Amino acid sequence: MTDFTHSPAANAAAPSAAPQRNWSQLALRWLLFALLGAFALFYLMPLFVMVTTSLKSLDEIRTGSLISLPRDVTFDAWRTAWSSTCTGVQCEGLRPYFWNSVLMTVPAVLLATMLGAMNGYVIAQWRFKGANLIFSLMLFGCFIPFQVVLLPMARMLGIMGLAGSIPGLIVVHVIYGIGFTTLFFRNYYVTIPAELTKAAKVDGAGFFRIFWSIFLPLSLPIVVVTVIWQFTNIWNDFLFGVSFSQAGTQPVTVALNNIVNSTTGVKEYNVDMAAAIIAALPTLLVYVVAGKYFIRGLTAGSVKG
Amino acid sequence: MKKSVFATAAVASIVASNMAVAGPEAEVLHWWTSGGEAKSVAVLQSEFADNGGTWTDMPVAGGGGDAAMTALRARVLSGNAPTAVQLKGPAIQEWYEEGVLADISSVAEAEGWADVLPASIAGHMKCEGTWCAAPVNVHRIDWIWANADVLKSNDIAMPTTWAEFNAAADKLMAAGIIPLAHGGQAWQDATVFEAVALGIGGPEFFKKAFVELDMDTLKSDTMVEIFDQMRTLRGYVDSNFAGRDWNLATAMVMNGEAAFQIMGDWAKGEFIAAGKVPGQDFLCASTPGEGYLYNVDSFAMFNVDGDDKKAGQDLLAKLIVGQNFQKVFNLNKGSIPARVDVALDEFDSCAHTSAKDMNASNEAGSLLPSYAHGMALRGAQAGAITDVVTAHFNSDMSSADAVEMLANSVANSL
Amino acid sequence: MTEWLERHMPKMVLAPSFVAILIFVYGFIFWTAWVSFTRSKLLPKYEIKGLIQYERLFASPRWDTAMDNLFIFGVLFIVISMVLGLLLAILLDQKIRAEGALRTIYLYPMALSMIVTGTAWKWIMNPGLGIEATVRGWGFENFAFDWVVNPDRAIYAVVIAAVWQASGFVMALFLAGLRGVDEEIIKAAQVDGIPTWRIYSAIIIPSMAPIFLSAFIVLAHLAIKSFDLVIALTGGGPGYATDLPATYMYAMAFSRGDIGQAASSAMVMMGVVFAIVVPYLYSELRAKHD
Repeated sequence: MTDFTHSPAANAAAPSAAPQRNWSQLALRWLLFALLGAFALFYLMPLFVMVTTSLKSLDEIRTGSLISLPRDVTFDAWRTAWSSTCTGVQCEGLRPYFWNSVLMTVPAVLLATMLGAMNGYVIAQWRFKGANLIFSLMLFGCFIPFQVVLLPMARMLGIMGLAGSIPGLIVVHVIYGIGFTTLFFRNYYVTIPAELTKAAKVDGAGFFRIFWSIFLPLSLPIVVVTVIWQFTNIWNDFLFGVSFSQAGTQPVTVALNNIVNSTTGVKEYNVDMAAAIIAALPTLLVYVVAGKYFIRGLTAGSVKG
Repeated sequence: MKKSVFATAAVASIVASNMAVAGPEAEVLHWWTSGGEAKSVAVLQSEFADNGGTWTDMPVAGGGGDAAMTALRARVLSGNAPTAVQLKGPAIQEWYEEGVLADISSVAEAEGWADVLPASIAGHMKCEGTWCAAPVNVHRIDWIWANADVLKSNDIAMPTTWAEFNAAADKLMAAGIIPLAHGGQAWQDATVFEAVALGIGGPEFFKKAFVELDMDTLKSDTMVEIFDQMRTLRGYVDSNFAGRDWNLATAMVMNGEAAFQIMGDWAKGEFIAAGKVPGQDFLCASTPGEGYLYNVDSFAMFNVDGDDKKAGQDLLAKLIVGQNFQKVFNLNKGSIPARVDVALDEFDSCAHTSAKDMNASNEAGSLLPSYAHGMALRGAQAGAITDVVTAHFNSDMSSADAVEMLANSVANSL
Repeated sequence: MTEWLERHMPKMVLAPSFVAILIFVYGFIFWTAWVSFTRSKLLPKYEIKGLIQYERLFASPRWDTAMDNLFIFGVLFIVISMVLGLLLAILLDQKIRAEGALRTIYLYPMALSMIVTGTAWKWIMNPGLGIEATVRGWGFENFAFDWVVNPDRAIYAVVIAAVWQASGFVMALFLAGLRGVDEEIIKAAQVDGIPTWRIYSAIIIPSMAPIFLSAFIVLAHLAIKSFDLVIALTGGGPGYATDLPATYMYAMAFSRGDIGQAASSAMVMMGVVFAIVVPYLYSELRAKHD
């Protein structure tokens, strides 16, 4: 795997030995930081608005500017959003819905990743006639607009007896996740020399054994990429969540929408923003904690296909 | 309090497990999710529970019910329809035609709904002669709200004709005040448009154009005049109006930045939440012209299996139209009761105006369904009209072009 | 028996996914195609009525706007995200001390759902509340940034928010690519005295061709599916100036009860997807045969 501390580009940009270039090198360096900083501000701007708004009282929002630092910092909105804001008749905040999302996301991510790994392994290493066609059919499936599948999917879930249930939601997310997870694993495994599989076969290792003892141990980086991608997509999904759930199985995005998007009620922007940040915490956490492995995983092959 | 709730729940569950037949049950799909609205629905839930029912809440907010309708379609197609659904206007009949609505005539007849509901509102609740929905409230759409201080200091009276409105607006412009607070979202454009159409065209015209979709009326000179007035109003709106939420527009009236807002009576809730007093801090009046545009929220019952659920539907329908719920709910929501025999002592002056006007216009035949809020037309046609209204309001399209486009667009939607 | 099993195991492993895709993607596309030839309204009906829905679709000025917007939005979104992503990746690759933190900052928008960041963007770009008001408050009275409320410019405001969300992800792809370039070649180039910018433009960037393709696919897929973003930021407005095919279809199917019309618009969208994806698949598969 690539060594991160010795990036080739970094070497290229490292200060040269020529003393007359030091000054311009330094200026360039400052320019670089200024640019990076400016972009960081651009990316942080919406988060800044969300966080400051969530810390204001409703009176302050109503009277003052929406985009300014809070005069009096209060965490009331956060408490309300988590445990007492109304998402309908129930006023228990986001808390009960959070668990639904976890129950839905974790199995769906695991299943889609496992299936993607097996599919990718087959397509990349056990090429048979038609495998490429199957792969392209799967890839094309990534592009189907989800609005198209809502109604027929509802019908299918009804037939399967999974309507309105969390297992139903898991099935939907797994099916529409397979395309991308297969793509990721296939592009990763295709970089592993086919000789490895051949040699193992000669040694008498079978299909699963080769996967288990050769491919899986190599797969950590791409597993991280796939899990992050799937986790973000499934956790943040609203359309499937709202269509295929019923009372008691609604995921957190539906609850968030109920808080934020009521049409004729009085708007509590501070609670809205706090709720939004709370609902996004798991994905934010995943990006912050696993971000490094994300880049590493991408480096390790998924993009070389 | 909490303890007693738990105790009741425990007793209920013991009872339920001991007896084969549980009490009435209902899963209710609605889009009243925010503070005040949710509290209003909670009134119904607690009444339901007091009568031995079990309420399962299925709230889906967004887009004035769009998201809820998405969920509803998915639920119906999967054969898993909710027990009761917040549904209004011709959508009730549309769902009935799909053969998925339950008949609640037995409750309606036992409770004598026909005697207490205005005829035009009762009409929305019936499908081919049977009762298929229960009305909750009446929102009036054609309201104009004003900041009392701003009007007073500029020596302006509440306008009673659109000419007066324009004159007042010019005066306010000169004084550096935004005459009309408006949020540029399609449904808000449509709300203003229908108020203007009712004012300029009158009730007969409105009915022909937006209920019967009469082509000659849609293409008439009166319609050109209405679009002209929309163009005039566009000049009275500040330049940042696009995409603004309605409540931010209300806030502009509240803090004196703007003088007027044209919006349904849920705007009152926003004023009151900010501690403003009707008649003193803010004024309410019907928009210039005759007539009354209503938006009646209602619940329709879907076909479900199981006696406990059917019992739940009957109980729910009975409670919804019951006097107590109609009073408490509407006090919370800013609207007025759908039934005419509820005492209005606890309601504010705007609600009194609304109720009085509703009765008067009911007798005069000018009690009309709001097209902008899905009471007058089916979705496809209402949407086609709104597309034109909002395209005209947000561009420099001429009124003549708008009228032509309106006719084409409506014809294309049929 | 076991030998047979072993020989056919790859196909059997692939089979469940294949069947699922066949039914839930291609079956549903077929279903949509069928419904697009009917006059389905509130719920799907299956009686074929010909091309009426397509005639209605192409007669609709709103659909024209939606398709134009998809083109403008798609091109700008993909190009800007790629350029910005590449630029950020190159800048971050210069042995930056705070790389980890910066990378996270650039990447986090992908983690947030647009349901609410849309509101934040709406405020930021609103002339009366956000950037314009702030800059004017600093004394620059003529500063104007009113794209989001200007019907002719609003689609560009949508592009800004979309780029904000996706460019960090593209940055990650490119950064990974940069780290994957063979060091030996670069060292050799440095020894030859080739300037840094030439090393990038002539050696490193061309070697990342596959990443451009991957990034393009991810971005194209986001562009075509863009929905939450528009709903949250502009609601399709002012007027319907920022309508996209996905929002058009949703409005027809779910708020207007015009499912046949929605199905026909979905089929046209699918045609666009087909035109974009098939060339990619072709190149992808050809590369595999090498």
